[in-house]
Amino acid sequence: MDLSIGLILIQDGVTNAAIYALLALALVLVFTVTRVIFVPVGEFVSFGALTLAAFEAGKVPGTVSLLVVLGIAGAIGRLWTERANLSARMLGGIALETVVVPALIAALVTWLAPHKPPQIVQVLLALLVVAPMGVYLYESVFRPIAEASVLVLLIVAVALHLALVGLALIFFGAEGSRTTALSEASFTLGQLFITGQSLAVLGVTLVLILALYVFFDRTLIGKALRATAVNRVGARLVGISPAFSGRIAFALAGIIGALGGILVSPLTTIYYDTGFIIGLKGFVAAIIGGLVSYPLAAGAAILVGVIESFASFWASELKEVIVFMIIVPILLVRSYGTQVLEDEE
Amino acid sequence: MNSPARIAGLAVLVAAIALPFLPGVPPYWITIASYIAMSAIVALGIVVLTGVAGVVSFGQAMFVGFGAYTTAILTTRYGWNALATLPVAILIAGALAWGIGAITLRLKGHYLPVATIAWNISFFYLAGSLDFFRRFDGISGIPPISLAGFDLSDGSRFYFLALGLLVAAYVLTRNLLDSRVGRSIRALRGGALAAESFGVDTGRARILAFVYAGVLAAVSGWLYAHFQRAINPTPFNITVSIDYLLMAVAGGVGHLGGAILGAGLVTVVRDKLQDILPALIGTQGNFETIVFGVVLILILQFAPEGLWPHVRRLFGETRRRPPTVLEAGSAGTHRAMPPKGEDVLRVSKLRKTFGGLVAVNDVSFSVGAGEIVGLIGPNGAGKSTSFNLITGVLAASAGEVRVRGEDITGWPARRIARLGVARTFQHVKLVHGMSVIDNVALGRHLLGRASAVRGALRLDREEEAAIFAEAHRQLARVGLAEHADAIASELALGQQRLVEIARALCLDPVLLLLDEPAAGLRHNEKVALADLLRKVRDSGVSILLVEHDMDFVMGLTDRLVVMNFGAELAQGRPAEIQRNPAVLEAYLGSAA
Repeated sequence: MDLSIGLILIQDGVTNAAIYALLALALVLVFTVTRVIFVPVGEFVSFGALTLAAFEAGKVPGTVSLLVVLGIAGAIGRLWTERANLSARMLGGIALETVVVPALIAALVTWLAPHKPPQIVQVLLALLVVAPMGVYLYESVFRPIAEASVLVLLIVAVALHLALVGLALIFFGAEGSRTTALSEASFTLGQLFITGQSLAVLGVTLVLILALYVFFDRTLIGKALRATAVNRVGARLVGISPAFSGRIAFALAGIIGALGGILVSPLTTIYYDTGFIIGLKGFVAAIIGGLVSYPLAAGAAILVGVIESFASFWASELKEVIVFMIIVPILLVRSYGTQVLEDEE
Repeated sequence: MNSPARIAGLAVLVAAIALPFLPGVPPYWITIASYIAMSAIVALGIVVLTGVAGVVSFGQAMFVGFGAYTTAILTTRYGWNALATLPVAILIAGALAWGIGAITLRLKGHYLPVATIAWNISFFYLAGSLDFFRRFDGISGIPPISLAGFDLSDGSRFYFLALGLLVAAYVLTRNLLDSRVGRSIRALRGGALAAESFGVDTGRARILAFVYAGVLAAVSGWLYAHFQRAINPTPFNITVSIDYLLMAVAGGVGHLGGAILGAGLVTVVRDKLQDILPALIGTQGNFETIVFGVVLILILQFAPEGLWPHVRRLFGETRRRPPTVLEAGSAGTHRAMPPKGEDVLRVSKLRKTFGGLVAVNDVSFSVGAGEIVGLIGPNGAGKSTSFNLITGVLAASAGEVRVRGEDITGWPARRIARLGVARTFQHVKLVHGMSVIDNVALGRHLLGRASAVRGALRLDREEEAAIFAEAHRQLARVGLAEHADAIASELALGQQRLVEIARALCLDPVLLLLDEPAAGLRHNEKVALADLLRKVRDSGVSILLVEHDMDFVMGLTDRLVVMNFGAELAQGRPAEIQRNPAVLEAYLGSAA
């Protein structure tokens, strides 16, 4: 292996790592705020990628009907959890959010899709279709059992993942898709051949991380979310509604997941079930970050991406073995310096 | 005992045995039932590991794979008899579980489940890419299980084999949890610190639970290999591990019955959906996964504890029968108490800093044999920290602690307990879901020696009877005899403190450390407690106690050590302390 191959591998690794980092951020965010290990974040990746692919083909993606169905499920979930204090105004709000908005999105998409709008519009449409599902899933699946144990929430997340993978198969079929690159540009820097897509992925990731930083550091809602993450009961006592924080967290996870899918789809062929393994690697990065630290999780994502890239060059058959076996000693080191409260469940 | 629940359980067993003999039962049902039995064996292990010990593993399918590959390789490549491979499969899976557990179980919090994911995925790809495991093609031509020329691969015969192993696994698991080692495993959730203080090696208990679950999984894998007659890595992948976890949680991860219920439910629902949905919807598709996922979400939304508690409620609430209590006449052997005048505890220049904060500042005092010493001081004076330093819960920054002349500085809590040092906690640390008497019996952990195997095989009854006789005796001493079978967390807080004292007395202590024993007690209960503690002292036990109720302290103690802001303020007889100006100022302010 010479330097140029090494540089290519690093570039590949870092590009993939950016996606893992995004997913790790989403997972850390959702976990700290709601204690849900959001396994289905991988499905948002598949949905985002395959929805964009459908737009490129000039088709109306199946996720549009899923959006409408999940909207209704979200309505049922909200009506159930808030059944004790419903008012006419609230009903109106719920109807607007869970029925009118998805219907409008569906109408817009159905009208625009056959016209094959420019790529940037397609990307925005894909986000519009996939991202709101985060909130609807929170309302219908997780909010009614917000107080359950971490284990139960995890199993529910896994069950949701199963259901969503099944749906993805129906909507998109077993064939994979690959979308056109966001940027066809490329140039060489010394020995390194840099593709525009890699730069786009890294750029979007950096902008998103920066935006999240500003959001958490400068805005009131961001601070409320941080407060919830640090101390759920305390946040509640000072008037931050856990449901409100949960909605924001899931909304952001939806956006990040879908965006991750849109970014990764020109790099590799995405199948209906590809999201899971991508999400798993993001999850590993999140865990190395202790599920609490954003910078550590992002750093860990780069590590996972680069290890993966080199492992696939040296021993492609054993790629996953190497990636996951290297994780164990890292976890050991991380675990050694962590204090866990004894009675944490 | 003929409770409705027991009758229902027996009825289910009879129905399971009768199933193949019923007229009109299609052979396919027997196959499904065999799959349920195999999955339930794995799920039983998950109940012990996750529901009881609180360790979440995403790697159980890997252990199923260890069992399956062991027998597949030994039978096809080396011509072993299928039955002879079962002990080997158990040994290999057990040894691997021990090794993996020794590395992995040190991980805290969420690191552990992720590490099990990593192991499982690695195993899957390793088996899929190494020639030794025949790669993703897998190993075929695995012989059936036969016993003395009797072929056990035929549908209903195999079913009986699987059912028999399931029943055996159920009985062994129930016995194990109801034994000395089982109590130490049950203490892992919520009570690990207390368990360590009574001599339980909680790290070992965790590994034990991990190995046990791994071995059960391997037994299931052994069955699976001989049932399928061919294996490849797919049924041992992470998704299948998740499936097993899902069965246990849907059924009720805290209950043995939940494992079987969950295995049955998940297997049958999956199968039925595959039959019904295509007919209902009219097209082929992956609808069953979707409906399955949704059904599972709904089950857990309405029954987060799983279905088992709801099913059991149908047959009336039943409480576990306490083990038979022998005549409490033989109170067991007692430790020789130190002679009057010996220093049982000697603390010299003990210091603890948390960053810049000095919580305990060069404190020195001693407790003599048969003496009650009170450690008092305002809130934040460092009293409970001192307790934690003496009992090995926290490591001292400097200084020395000696128990009966032996330097115990830096010892772990469970080693200190062996010297006869027992304690209670400021914030009660009982195992919540466990009965009062089981909690008290945990205090006797060090005085028993029955192993997990003896416990599982019920060879420990004599020792258990002795343990429970002593537990009942100590519970009666604190006046809670009638609450023996109550769940610990259902008692009032003051009573829970008394349970902790009974547990500490069960250790047969030389030195008893009580952290606010009288808090939450009513007046007459305090009087009774003081009487009890005097009796304990008169039997030669030394007592060090932290307490805020001054009437209680002044009337009971022989000497007092006063702490303020981490430092020692005064020492002396209660009457002297009451007149000490420095103490008065610390407690009442300079105005007094």
